[in-house]
Order: sequence, then structure tokens, then C-alpha cells
Amino acid sequence: MANIISDETIEYVGILAKLELSDEEKERAKSDMGRMLDYIDKLGELDTTGVEPMSHVFPVQNVFREDMVINGDTREELLSNAPQHKDGMFMAPKTFD
Amino acid sequence: MSKQYEIVIGLEVHVELATKTKIFCGCSTAFGAAPNTQTCPVCTGMPGSLPVLNKQVLEYAIAVGLATNCDITRYAKFDRKNYFYPDNPQNYQISQLYLPICRDGSVEIETEEGGTKSVGIHEIHMEEDAGKLIHDEWEDCSLVDYNRSGVPLIEIVSKPDMRSAQEVIAYLEKLRLIIQYLGASDCKLQEGSMRADVNLSVREAGAQEFGTRTEMKNLNSFKAISRAIEGEKERQIDLIESGEKVVQETRRWDDGKGESYAMRSKEDAQDYRYFPDPDLAPIVVSDEMLERIKAGQPEFRTEKMKRYKEEFGIPDYDIEIITGSKHMADIFEAAVAFSGQPKKVSNWLMGETLRLMKEKEVDASELVLSPRHLAKLIALTDSKAVNSSVAKEVFEAMFEKDVDPEQYVEEHGLKTVNDEGALRSVVEEVLAANPQSVADFKNGKEKAIGFLVGQTMKAMKGKADPAAVNQMLREML
Amino acid sequence: MSMTDMTAAKLSCAIKEGRTTAVEATQAMLARIEEQDGMYHCYVTVDRDGAMAQAKEVQAKIEAGELTGPLAGVPLAVKDNLCTKGLLTTCASKILGNFVPTYTAEAVLRLKRAGAIVLGKTNMDEFAMGSTTETSAYGVTKNPWNTKHVPGGSSGGSAAAVAARECFYALGTDTGGSIRQPASYCGVVGMKPTYGTVSRYGLIAYGSSLDQIGPLTKDVTDCAMVLEAISAHDEKDSTSVEREDTDFTSALQDDVQGMRIGIPNDYFGEGLDEDVKAAVLRAAEVLEGKGALVERFNLSLVEYAVPTYYTIAAAEASSNLERFDGIKYGYRTADYAGLHNMYKKSRSEGFGEEVKRRIMLGSFVLSSGYYDAYYLKALQVKALIKRAFDEAFGKYDVILGPVAPTTAPELGASLAEPIKMYLGDIYTIAVNLAGLPALSLPCGTDRNGLPIGLQLIGDCFEEKKLIRAAYAYEKARGAFRSGQDEDKCAGQKATDVGQAEQAAEAGCIKQTEQEGGSHE
Repeated sequence: MANIISDETIEYVGILAKLELSDEEKERAKSDMGRMLDYIDKLGELDTTGVEPMSHVFPVQNVFREDMVINGDTREELLSNAPQHKDGMFMAPKTFD
Repeated sequence: MSKQYEIVIGLEVHVELATKTKIFCGCSTAFGAAPNTQTCPVCTGMPGSLPVLNKQVLEYAIAVGLATNCDITRYAKFDRKNYFYPDNPQNYQISQLYLPICRDGSVEIETEEGGTKSVGIHEIHMEEDAGKLIHDEWEDCSLVDYNRSGVPLIEIVSKPDMRSAQEVIAYLEKLRLIIQYLGASDCKLQEGSMRADVNLSVREAGAQEFGTRTEMKNLNSFKAISRAIEGEKERQIDLIESGEKVVQETRRWDDGKGESYAMRSKEDAQDYRYFPDPDLAPIVVSDEMLERIKAGQPEFRTEKMKRYKEEFGIPDYDIEIITGSKHMADIFEAAVAFSGQPKKVSNWLMGETLRLMKEKEVDASELVLSPRHLAKLIALTDSKAVNSSVAKEVFEAMFEKDVDPEQYVEEHGLKTVNDEGALRSVVEEVLAANPQSVADFKNGKEKAIGFLVGQTMKAMKGKADPAAVNQMLREML
Repeated sequence: MSMTDMTAAKLSCAIKEGRTTAVEATQAMLARIEEQDGMYHCYVTVDRDGAMAQAKEVQAKIEAGELTGPLAGVPLAVKDNLCTKGLLTTCASKILGNFVPTYTAEAVLRLKRAGAIVLGKTNMDEFAMGSTTETSAYGVTKNPWNTKHVPGGSSGGSAAAVAARECFYALGTDTGGSIRQPASYCGVVGMKPTYGTVSRYGLIAYGSSLDQIGPLTKDVTDCAMVLEAISAHDEKDSTSVEREDTDFTSALQDDVQGMRIGIPNDYFGEGLDEDVKAAVLRAAEVLEGKGALVERFNLSLVEYAVPTYYTIAAAEASSNLERFDGIKYGYRTADYAGLHNMYKKSRSEGFGEEVKRRIMLGSFVLSSGYYDAYYLKALQVKALIKRAFDEAFGKYDVILGPVAPTTAPELGASLAEPIKMYLGDIYTIAVNLAGLPALSLPCGTDRNGLPIGLQLIGDCFEEKKLIRAAYAYEKARGAFRSGQDEDKCAGQKATDVGQAEQAAEAGCIKQTEQEGGSHE
């Protein structure tokens, strides 16, 4: 495997992706990711100098809406799926220390 | 003797745009609604929802870019900035990193020494605001309200061109004025419709290299900004003097305590994994669109000042103050149009308005006074229907609640009594009650008449024209 | 022929002519599901009460003449990553195990307006990440042709439901082949339209730049009909395309005279099963026999499509799936210490292994220092792949090849080796990268009796060419039997439909199929 994924990298990606892996899962993730990256490295065979990266396939552009209020109060619906809510707001673990 | 240091400051200014709806959905942006009542699947990150750009946001952003001498990006895109936080419903913010709408602009500011200086603008980009978090003491948790989520913002990123708190304030004042003139935002720091993050580093005077910078957040007033700049400058110099290193980090300013603290945590990697948002189409700014926005640009302050001088002949100082706020200039122009009396309108603004603004701590942008009512008040004084002290009383009510002066005068019985018979009988009573003053006057003591006018005005409860009272007293004496 | 064997077009005619009702059709389907879905597990959620209520309402509107379209009264199944108001929508994930959307996906809404009846939500690979429907948190779906085999994925539940006659047609989504490959494995017709043709509003995103909704049907006529009903510009989707040529049923013509068909040599290399290869080439001969000009050519870059796809799709997925955080909806872990721990535990417990694998990969390729090397590089290769197709479509109307290298693998055989599974997408994936339309239809069975799919790829906005080619091929091929084990012995041509009834149907269908004629 050309790409060796370190424990630190897995830890770091876990912070970015907000995933917590068990030790066993970590080992598996290291090897899976290494192999996937080896495979993706195949793209390096292609010379892409001067090729414009293509994020959208079609020249669809300038899609706008007019500045008009069309939505009303749908709070009850919004909160209907919330794990916890109070006073019309979602409850989250505290964000202030 | 310690070394001389110079501070280097760049600003990231967030401005909430004055659109009716959010940047990517048709929810209202109005202030003050009950929590989560101005939300929809888009601005709450419901699965399957998709954003569509509010055209007005783009037009405002371009207008601000043109007014700050920016190059408008003809092919712009939105990118996703990924980070987890409960106020951010998708856990990514739609912003612009790779192709922001405006680049490379500048604004002129006045320096303390009285000269001018150009502050460079690195870029202006469009993005969405986050929701609001409220700490719930009872449950010891945070409550999330998404009414502000998706409110359109532009972020104006300056170059590191400022060297003092004074320059920072001058730059902010200048931006605020330009944006207010455009009508793109009301730019209120206290309410958060204008927010500035300060990037600051220090270096030895004369050095070429920049020092390590920190980013200061949570600055809610010009005063807080000044204090934070001083505080951070001291903190960084202390670190350097004691041989320590300044750490590049984001700090939160506590204006009450007058100090800042680092906001970092190990869960906060500051790696935003920006990439072009596949849900939004690229923006192509055509010549036609650019020309249309250019043509729609308002008269800015410099042009306005010149025109006021030529057209209205009011003093330079008045012009300076009045045009210092787009809102005040609008009131001025409309009141002049209604009344045809620029000098009198200006006097009201420069006198009572400024006095009351100071006394009641009201910003010029918050004036509620309507030009039509101001013109009416001028007409009432011109016709001597009210005297000047009553007019001031009426004005104060107008300043507070924009009352109709005619109605107010009527309801409060403040109209000057022009009934000669009524006045005469009061004057007779006053003369009879003050024989000493009458005698003094007759003995040539001119001052005594003033006392008698005052007594008469008092008896009339202020509702008389002092000139008419004076004249009648003289006649009867 | 039992009612559940009818195509959507035939059922709709029967309802219109009063030979049956939407209520009867719905009852028949619900009974069928009740009877056999325990065996195949096509559905995550069956909405019995909701479907019956809709059926009654729709039938009344049909009788009142308010609903006259070709899908009025026809029950369908909807993939469980399409939001349905008031009906559980899980994406086959534990993290959305209790999620009841407050709005309906635009494509489903369009069908409902046309009088469609939603029977329920079909199983899939979790968040559409997978090729077998085995990554579902709610159990695996089995291939109705042989329950030891997978139905394919990620729209495996939809494909199996059509094959097992547990719905008249279904909606699926296709990010890298997720409609076409299960259609191929289950012996049904599946189509991925040009990117932007069907609104993505209400589709729970996997790879936003690649995802498209499309039909899974019993035949090409139904495919054209359903696609026509769901294609429309939508102001709520910024990537939605405004096009006027969505009268797809007008392309149901048995005519490929002069049609230029290209067969990419690169799709017939190593790894392609011999039976699959033979069946696909036979299909090409059939079209050639009908007047098409068939030619071989080199498409190029085929081997780069899979790594390009997995980079882009994983990157987009890592961002799209960030919203599942235990705050606004879905699963929240029971015990946690603080905000970030809540995020991590909820997500780690809520997402399955394959989803986590792709989120990790996607987060990595976008992370600081790797963006250019991986993500931007993939976008550049995507541009090259698009260019290769542009060149090919300069010469050909349609590209013809296999859908997948093999027929449906056995259950449990794929997940152990992810890259091998990813390689199974080699013929379908480039289509999504280039935004092209492509259609899969049955062209035979392999030595084990499992169906083989033929893939037809068109240039952007050229769905009609695909439909025409597919329809012409289907006419020549004749009926393709339904997949169920129990039906295997039943003669393909044998029907219970009387001659008069058949003639009546044919007359009604003539309105849909321009070319008309008997359809059996």
C-alpha cells in the first residue's frame, strides 16, 4: 500500500467528520482509506495541466429568486422531528463554557 | 527604554443586507419574531431541501463592490464552508472562497493628521448568517432559533492597511456611510447588522515583515473595537517583550472585563474543507447587469455635499453633519421639498435633533421623525400658530414618536392665543398685580418689561406670542 | 394474467375503461405485498392506510373526470431517500429511523398530482451508498429471480418491487448507477435522465452533482410515461434545467433506421462475464438488424471513472451528511458528555459502516493540503471524461454496452471487498460524471437464469433516442418474464387476458404508444 494512513490522520479526520471509531474500526478505516487513496492515485497518471476543473456539467447559470416573502410560520412542523425542544427552540448540548 | 511598535490591522466586516427575504429561501428577515417562526426546510437544513439565490443579495453585493472601487468577478460561485455548530443547521455555511463576487477595492479615509489614506479591500463575498443560540440556565443547555439562519450577509475583507484604532473607526464609518447610502443595510453595530472582526499583529516600527496575527471577535460598538485594539496590542507586545510567541488564533473580546480569551478547542480543527457548492448555479455577471446596477447607484456623500452647498446655501458644517447619515440627509431633502425652507430645516436638525440624539443616545440612522411632520412644524412656527418654546416641546414629541405636530398642538391646547381681547384682560391683570414693575418701567428701567412679559406668558401658560405680548404691554403702559 | 402483472399503462387503461378501479389495484398490490414481501423485503415502510385513502380519493377524481392522465390511479413504490410528507423516510439509515418529513419531494408530488398512489417506501443501500442494498439498516432485500442473490443497489428495493410485482412501477435515484444496475439485476427497465431533468428537491442528497431521480418500470412504455410525468423545471432546484422536449412518450417508436450506435471496446474488456457480453452483443445485432448502424470505437478513460467518482461523491457526501447531527431531527445518542461528544456518538451510532467509510474518505480528500491533489484533480478528470463523451456523441446517437460486468452476485459476496464492489460500477459511473441520460433494459438471462441488462447511453437531453432504441429492441425481444421463482414455469406468453380485453387495452395504449400495436 503506497498510502499509509497514520493514527493521527484517522483521529484528525474523525474530528472533521464528527465520527468516533472504536480501535477495531480505526484499524479497518486506516487500511480502507489507504487502499482507496492508492486507487484514487491512479488519476495521477493523467496529465490534467490546463484543464479547468468541472464542478457543474452544464452551463446552467444565474438561477435566482425574487426577493419576496413566500414562507409563513411552520414552527410546529419544524419541531416535530426534534429529539428535544423547548419554548419553540431546538435543545442542544450547551455551547458556552 | 522599550522598543517602538507598530500595529497592523485588517478587518473582516460582516454586513447584514436589507433584503425582505433570506439569501436562499423565501423566509422573512424581519426582526423580533418569535423563535423559529421565520423558517422553512431550506434555512433549517432539512434533508432534501435546496438553496436558490435571492437576486437582490447579488445586486446589493455588486453595488457595494462598485461603491468601494472593487473589480466585479464576472464568473462567481458559492462554496461550502464545513464546520459543526448548532447555529449552523446544515453544518456547512454557504459562502464564497474561490470566486468571491468582488475583489481588489479600496476606500479613502481621513487620518488623524487631517490627511487622507487609502484602505485596500481584498474581497467582498456573499454568505448566509447563522441562527441564534440562547443559553438555558435551567436545563443547562443551548436553545437554537433559526430565524436569523440564512439572513444574507456580505463579508468585506480589508487588506492589512490600518495602523491605529482611529483608522479602523474611520474605515468602518466610511463603509457604513457607503452602505447606508446604497440602502443595502442599516449597518447597526449594536444590533449586529454590522459586525467587525479585527485581525491584528504588532511589529517593531520600521520592520517589513508582518508579525503573527490574531483574530478578535465579539466587538459590538466602536468603543469596544477601540478598547479591544488597545488591549490586544498590549497583550501582544507583552508577549514579545517577555520572549514569548504570539499564537495565531481566534479570540473573543469581553468588553465588560476589558480582556480577551482564546476560543480554540481541540474539537475545532479550523479546517473548513471548502469546495464549490454543487447545489447552486454559477453566477455570470453580464455587462448589462453591471450597467444596470451602476445606473442605479445613488448620489454618494461627496456629490451630495457639493450639491447642498450650491442648491441650499447652508453652512459647510451643517452639510457635513447632515450628509454624515444617509437617513438624516433623506429627512433633510424631503423636509426641504415639503417646506421650501432649507435653512429652517437645517436649523431643526442641527439644533434640537442633535441635542435630543445626544441626550437620548439615538443614532442618526434610528431617527423616526418624518420629513412631512417637520415641514408642518415649520409652517406652524412661520404662521405664529405656536411660539418657539412650544415648537420645541412639540418637536420633542415628534422626535420620540413622530407625532403629527398639528394634531399634537390641537390635542394639548398649545396653540398661541391670538385673541386680542383675551390677551388684553390678562395683561391688565398682570399690570394690576405688579405695580412696582410698572413704576420701574415708567422710570426708564427697560428691563422691567421683560419681567412683565414673562409674567404674562406664565399666566397664558406659554400659549402667547411673546412679541405680541411685548407690544401690547408697551401700548398699555 | 393477474392484475399485478399489468404494466402501468395497461392498468391505467383498465381503470379508465371501468374494468377495474384504483382501489382494486391498490388492494391487489397491498395483498401481494402482505403475502410475499416477507420473502423479498422490498419495502422499508408500507403505507396501507394512506394508500387506500389515496386510492379512494383518486378513483373519485377519475370518475369525476378530474384526473385523466396515463398514471391516474396507478400505485407505485418510492425509494426511501425521497421525502414524503407524513410518511417515514429513513434513507435506510438508523440516523433517520424516526424521521417524518414535513414536505414531499417534487418528483413524488408531480406523480401524486397526476393521480399516482404511493404504496410505501422501498429499501435501499444506506443513503444510497452501495451496489447491493445490503448496507440498509433495515435488512437486506433479496432478488426476486433468486433469493440467494442481491437485487443490486442502491435502488434495490425499488427494482425488486417492480420485478416481484409488488408495485406497478417505482422511483429510484441514480448517483453512479443506482437505478440502472438494480434494474439490470432484477430484469426491469430503469432510466437515469439527463442531470437537471427531474427536480432534486426533496431527494436526500448523496452526491449532489451526480444524483438524479428516475423510473423503474416493467417496460419501456411505462418508463417513458413516468419520466414524462416527473420531468419539469423546478424553481426550488437551482440545478433544474428548463427544457421543452419532455414529451418522452412521443419517442415510443419502433424505428432505429439509420440510428448510429457506438459500442465502446473499453466496455468489453477484462472482468466482463461471458454471458453478459454475449447477450449485450446479441442485442446490438438485433438493433443492427432493424436498420441501426452499429460500430465499435474506443471511448477512452473508462478506468479513471471509478476513482474520479468515488472522490467526488465521497467529498459531496461528507458535506451533505453533516446535517445529521442529532439536533434537528433523527437519531440522538442516549448518553453523551457535551456537544462534540453528542455529535460524534450520534453519528457513529447512527451511520453504518459503508456510510462512515465514505464520509471519512470525503472529509480527507477535502481537508487542508489534499484538496488540490484529490478533489480538484478529480474535477479535472471529470472534465476529460465529459470531453471523451462529447467526442463520441459527435459520431453516435447512442452508446450501447453492458450495465454491469456480471449478473447479480450472491448475498454477502460484495461487501467484504469495497474496491471490488466499486469496480462493479465501471460501466454506469461515467454517465453520472458527465450528466448523461442512460437506460437499462433486460436483454437476456445468464447460465443461472439471472437477468442481464443492456445499457443505452445518450448525449445530454437525448432521452428520446434512448427510448426509441429501447422500444425498438423491446419489440424485437418480446416480453421479458417477471422474475419470481414461482412464475418461472409459467409460460411467458401465457396470459389470462381474453382477446377482447387485449384488443381494448391495445386501443387505449395506442394513445400512449404512438406506434401502437399489440404489446404482449
